[in-house]
Amino acid sequence: MTDDITTDLACKELVEIITDYLEGTLPERDRARFDAHILTCPPCREYVAEMHATLRLTGRLTVESISPGARDDLLRALRRMKASSTEL
Amino acid sequence: MGSQTIVRDSDAELIALLRDGDEAAFARLIDAYSAPLLRLALAFVQSPSIAEEVVQETWMAVVTGIGRFEGRSSVKTWLFKILTNIAKTRAQRERRTIPFSEFEVDYGDEPAVDPDRFLPASHPQWPHHWATPPQPWSMGPEGTALDRETMAVVRRALEDLPRAQQVVVALRDVHGWPAADVCAALDISEANQRVLLHRGRSRVRAVLERYFNDTATLCNAESISDTKQAGQ
Ligand SMILES: [Zn+2]
Repeated sequence: MTDDITTDLACKELVEIITDYLEGTLPERDRARFDAHILTCPPCREYVAEMHATLRLTGRLTVESISPGARDDLLRALRRMKASSTEL
Repeated sequence: MGSQTIVRDSDAELIALLRDGDEAAFARLIDAYSAPLLRLALAFVQSPSIAEEVVQETWMAVVTGIGRFEGRSSVKTWLFKILTNIAKTRAQRERRTIPFSEFEVDYGDEPAVDPDRFLPASHPQWPHHWATPPQPWSMGPEGTALDRETMAVVRRALEDLPRAQQVVVALRDVHGWPAADVCAALDISEANQRVLLHRGRSRVRAVLERYFNDTATLCNAESISDTKQAGQ
């Protein structure tokens, strides 16, 4: 093993462990290699920034829910349910 | 995300309210979970309209079944279980099941970045370092990239993902679910979840990279022709 952890991690490997890094599931030693690598490698720093931008943009997507009519039907069903159970 | 508002109520409280037929509590549950449940249903059935029916059926099952809910699992887990049972039955009936093996990922090759963009292993100084490094995106100052066109590209990138990756990325990154919920809902391991998330996110990044780099080329071309015209 070399002591120089900066040359230890190649860019090709970094792009494969970035999700583990972001998820916090990377073993301590690999985490240190990752941190050391991006300190000295501008393209990988750019890559990490792009991944963050990707997550930010994905997080801005609007979501589709059920239709208002379907929602009303469900609340009505609940009301009916309540009415029939209190009658018992 | 909406689901956060739900977890503030303790499960016991929520169940008591639902058993009482509390409409506000039920409405909050519907509003917090319908969108992610629609996405989850798409892990089992093909079409969005069937997914909507599955979600609707799930909520009806909650209305009629809350009295029988024993509280041995969390409300969330109970919801996932109802939905997946209904979705699986429905998928069988349609005979259009998504092969669930899609979620059992192989750990084989699906590189996050085109291997040709790296120097070969035999490179004397920089083996496996960038040969074609990523270029900064032409997003401009924070916020300017959030125009309609960009968001349409993001949406398409997500919808074009293989189904298993799409469901995992959407639940995690669009709906903000924690990894544990995604694993529980899809009944997959943490490791599988992470591989699907990684592949999906990497693909979306690659699509956005192409889009932003093309936009940059286009802008440069435009500004060059502007300069030319100005010089004439
Ligand atoms: Zn690098």
